[in-house]
Amino acid sequence: MTSGWTPTGTVYGTLMNYACEHRALAAQMHAPPYKAPPQAPVLYIKTANTFSPHDSPIVLPAWVHSVQVRPCVGLIFKQNMAETVINNAQAAINNIAYFALFNDLTVPHDSFYRPPIKSKCADGFLGIGAAPQALAALGIVDALDITVRINGTVVRTFNTADMVRKSATLVHDVAQFIDLQAGDVLLCGSAFDSALAKAGDTLEISATGCAALRHVLVAAA
Amino acid sequence: MKHARIHYRGQVLSATESDGALLLATGERVACNAVTWLPPLQEVPRPRTILALGLNYADHAKELAFKAPEEPLAFLKGQSSLIGHRASTSRPADVHYMHYECELVVVIGRTAKSVKKTDAYDFIAGYSVANDYAIRDYLENWYRPNLKVKGRPTCTPLGPWLVDAADVPDPMQLALQTTVNGKVTQSGNTRDMIFDVPTLIEYFSSFMTLQPGDLILTGTPDGIVDCKVGDVILTSIEGIGDLENTIIAQD
Repeated sequence: MTSGWTPTGTVYGTLMNYACEHRALAAQMHAPPYKAPPQAPVLYIKTANTFSPHDSPIVLPAWVHSVQVRPCVGLIFKQNMAETVINNAQAAINNIAYFALFNDLTVPHDSFYRPPIKSKCADGFLGIGAAPQALAALGIVDALDITVRINGTVVRTFNTADMVRKSATLVHDVAQFIDLQAGDVLLCGSAFDSALAKAGDTLEISATGCAALRHVLVAAA
Repeated sequence: MKHARIHYRGQVLSATESDGALLLATGERVACNAVTWLPPLQEVPRPRTILALGLNYADHAKELAFKAPEEPLAFLKGQSSLIGHRASTSRPADVHYMHYECELVVVIGRTAKSVKKTDAYDFIAGYSVANDYAIRDYLENWYRPNLKVKGRPTCTPLGPWLVDAADVPDPMQLALQTTVNGKVTQSGNTRDMIFDVPTLIEYFSSFMTLQPGDLILTGTPDGIVDCKVGDVILTSIEGIGDLENTIIAQD
């Protein structure tokens, strides 16, 4: 668990798991193309090419002018444990060993109809906390004050208590259809009004009792 | 050469195809029905990227009442959705429509970043067959196709073989076929892809660097039908392999 730590498993992210984000989209939910509010957790994947260890520079692609800073708490499933099985949500919850802060960099997009690969999976687009922390009780991640600083100035604060599905519920619901394996990470969502950052900015995300994570955005050569 | 990964006598081993049997590194030959087949993929040092295409055959797009997309419609899967040849796929009791999708799989062989279409074939290690099952009951219009439809455990059989790219002279001229209990239900040809393999590699590598062992499932043509518990589904691609899977009831 050094500063170069990156996840060994698949990183799943969750859309709209904050009440503020849910409220902001509520007016559109019954209209096309969505036609109905989501029932199951809305997930996406942050691929391995996005992994940016703590304190590493992140190169902003030339086609990206600004990027959303989406702080997320990520639950990390235990090493060296037999795989959890579908519909065994309690096993999945017992299998959470660590958590860490992540920065789910995202190109702003207005439509949530199609999977957001180009918006979320550009090289370097997942900032990763320096060190996963042991999780004594799952409730800890349901009441964290998160602070986002850009170039040293606080630009956003929120508390994870605003999550629609608390961590245990989220894991339970995701485990109904994803086999969460050792090393996999589940990002629990982010508040809606993401701060925007551009090349040259220094991004810092911190939370009570957690190691902060820091990345500098660099313009493409 | 055709490569396999198998579980045999308590070990995970690599093997190659030899006169209808499996040849192990030890020189031992083993019958194909004497092993448990795993996806024919070597372990990779970081989580594998698994890209899959939706609506990449014009007829299938029409079948699902969509107009053909202007840029690739792609989604991602987790590694835990993969299973091997002759494994079983779970059908939940409450669903009405679960269908197979026979797809040509591209396995990346070299780090691919900003690759041009004309160079794309140099970055391919080989090809395999996937059956990218979908349970349509679970479709929702948020990041569609959503992971409840496409990320499920057991719902992406892959194999039996990884066929070296050198042995596949033209991957864009391969017949695809699916049978359910021996009856042909889907037939098509990779030539009918909307975005061909070089175009897909150029597109993805323009914004995401692909690594050896990463996968692109290239979409499926027309001819999908509901699969019931007990059905044996054989998804075949000419020269690549015949991937067998059986539907079982989910506990």
